[in-house]
Amino acid sequence: MDTGTFTLLVFGGSVAAGLLGSLTGLGGGAVIIPLLVLVLGVDLRYAIGASLVAVIATSSGAAAAFIREGYTNIRLGMLLEVATTVGAIAGAWIAKDTPLGVIAAVFGGVLLWTAYSTLRPPVSHPDPVGDGSKTLGARLRLDSTYPTPKGMETYKVHAVPAGFGVMFLAGVLSALVGVGSGVVKVYAMDRLMRIPFKVSTTTSNFMIGVTAAASAGIYLHRGQIEPGLAMPVALGALLGSFVGARLLARMRVRTLRIIFALLVAVAGLQMIYRGATGAL
Amino acid sequence: MSELIVESRGDGVEAWLSRLLTAGVLASAVVSLLGGVLYLLEHSAARTGMAEFVPVEASLNHPMAIIRGAMEFRPRAVMQLGIVLLIATPVARVAFSLVLFALRRDALYVGVTVMVLACLAYGLAGFGD
Repeated sequence: MDTGTFTLLVFGGSVAAGLLGSLTGLGGGAVIIPLLVLVLGVDLRYAIGASLVAVIATSSGAAAAFIREGYTNIRLGMLLEVATTVGAIAGAWIAKDTPLGVIAAVFGGVLLWTAYSTLRPPVSHPDPVGDGSKTLGARLRLDSTYPTPKGMETYKVHAVPAGFGVMFLAGVLSALVGVGSGVVKVYAMDRLMRIPFKVSTTTSNFMIGVTAAASAGIYLHRGQIEPGLAMPVALGALLGSFVGARLLARMRVRTLRIIFALLVAVAGLQMIYRGATGAL
Repeated sequence: MSELIVESRGDGVEAWLSRLLTAGVLASAVVSLLGGVLYLLEHSAARTGMAEFVPVEASLNHPMAIIRGAMEFRPRAVMQLGIVLLIATPVARVAFSLVLFALRRDALYVGVTVMVLACLAYGLAGFGD
């Protein structure tokens, strides 16, 4: 097709990805890569580069939408980012010699897990700081407070080493398949580290941008970031995520999440199939 | 305790950070859009070639070369500059946090943040290849 039409289609799809990304709290990578690869026939290598750009756009676009926040735990995010950025460098290194079919199949698996976890409610049981016990979380000054309707509540951060380990894997995954790994990050913080859900999602949003930047830098040097593709993706995802972040307070997200989960599951199965049969 | 409250209430510091991010994101969007317009003016009727992977030309893979190309208003370089600016926004956010931790004399987290910046620099400088 001609470049003009292609660019418009990519832009439109990216707006949708950014919207879904900020409304459901999950990255746009899950939408961008299937759109580019399955619908528009773009090579997976270009798509991964473009998807990482979309993840940064979604993260920064949503963050820029809010002036007052107070949820993000910067110390925690930064500490865990050591694990994810090292993981990202490792993942990019692994990706070099990994066959495309394997990458596609792994991506499909990530999509299936994303679909599953979108439908499962959060289970965090935040642990208020009460006894001042000397957990690793307390010693690293990760325990903090967050705003609730009842005022500022404290919470404790648990399972720091386990969280660190999972974050390393999240980084590897992010660089390997071009997603933000927001699902993995929220899972680690919500379930393992027992952090309040809103803190997990906002801290994850901060983190996915940083992780994706580490991977994107490497893919830039590998020639996998094609400007004709990355430009409409970036612009679309920025617009979509900014609008979505503003809409979030007013929307009932439940139905949207179900539709999103179904679409993503279908895309996941397709990617696994394509990867396994080599039709990439 | 007061340190926690400043961080959590989101006054001043968080607002500055948000303004920084918004500025970076806007700069990236404006540059990308400009590049996109220049690009489409030349190429909108041409057939797209994204089905076959060919590594992007070397002049678009390194920040210095991208800036040079953008200064000559080459459409693909201008678009790529916009992308580089976007990639720089989370890096700027981390650098900003480094300054904040240093101002608070938080030696541990200055160290942590330096490690993150080192990884980011490693990737962006092209060593991970």
